[in-house]
Amino acid sequence: MANTKKRIPTQHVIGFLLSLVMTLVAAWAVIGSDLPKMWVIISILILALLQAGVQLFMFMHITEESSDGGHVPWNMMFHGFALAAILVAGSLFTMSFGFDHGDMDMDDGHKQEQHSEHSE
Amino acid sequence: MSAEERTTGPLEYRTEAGRMSILGFWIFLGAEVVLFATLFATYAVLFGRTADAPHPAELFEPSMTLIMTFLLLTSSFTCGIAIHEMRRGNAKGLATWLIITLLLGLGFLGAEIYEFVHYVHEGATLPSSAYWSSFFVLAGTHGLHVTLGIGWATLLLIQLARRGLTNVTSRKFFIVSLYWHFLDVVWIFIFTGIYLIGMVI
Repeated sequence: MANTKKRIPTQHVIGFLLSLVMTLVAAWAVIGSDLPKMWVIISILILALLQAGVQLFMFMHITEESSDGGHVPWNMMFHGFALAAILVAGSLFTMSFGFDHGDMDMDDGHKQEQHSEHSE
Repeated sequence: MSAEERTTGPLEYRTEAGRMSILGFWIFLGAEVVLFATLFATYAVLFGRTADAPHPAELFEPSMTLIMTFLLLTSSFTCGIAIHEMRRGNAKGLATWLIITLLLGLGFLGAEIYEFVHYVHEGATLPSSAYWSSFFVLAGTHGLHVTLGIGWATLLLIQLARRGLTNVTSRKFFIVSLYWHFLDVVWIFIFTGIYLIGMVI
């Protein structure tokens, strides 16, 4: 590890600041912005993925040299997240997509559309 | 198996056993991703089905959620610093930063318990509706993981005080740090998928 001797862990500080900024931007998009709902949902999901990336790459050393460049960790996380996406999107597709379950509060199609979008 | 013992690099990677343990833990984390994915899928499918209980948008408070997020995010950062100190060979720095991490974790847990109690008082209980069942199971499973992590790291701190930094203890600390960072990864998706989206829709 090249950076073992460094007093200040620069990478961690940058990662922490990035995470703080992304959390605040996501909160602002929901509370303060006038963007259309669909755009808000898409952008906060992208921010969530980026933040997960910060944790994995900058905090968890997923690709460090000592673990052979992170071949196995990278594989595990990639396949874990691929399965997660299939599970969530697949469940929504089979269970919710195009149906309103006869719910009282699901009466407009617009709402339903965003509902199926939100999980991905 | 112990044939190739390295003499350089972080202590936790020097023995074959250490490397295999860390690799095994990554496999476990892959399985944890899938565990939480099933809970997220359940939550997404049951979204909106609150029956007679309050709607989530009526109960979710941005300030409370942000406080919890910042507590956990900061604890993930301090946990990273703890491992950084460990790799500099500074056992005292490791212990100090890890204790700060655990205090932040306890703060998060306290906030979550307060939040759950508040929801229950408002009529959103576990058996009140399909939606709230899935909410409490998803957020509660994450809270349970945090609780376990606090207990686990506390036991490791006792071990550190007794044995000091060795190949074995540093491997254990590195693994608990992976676990702790992972809890923040899951929380980011709970924060976004449950709270933020719950406030939008």
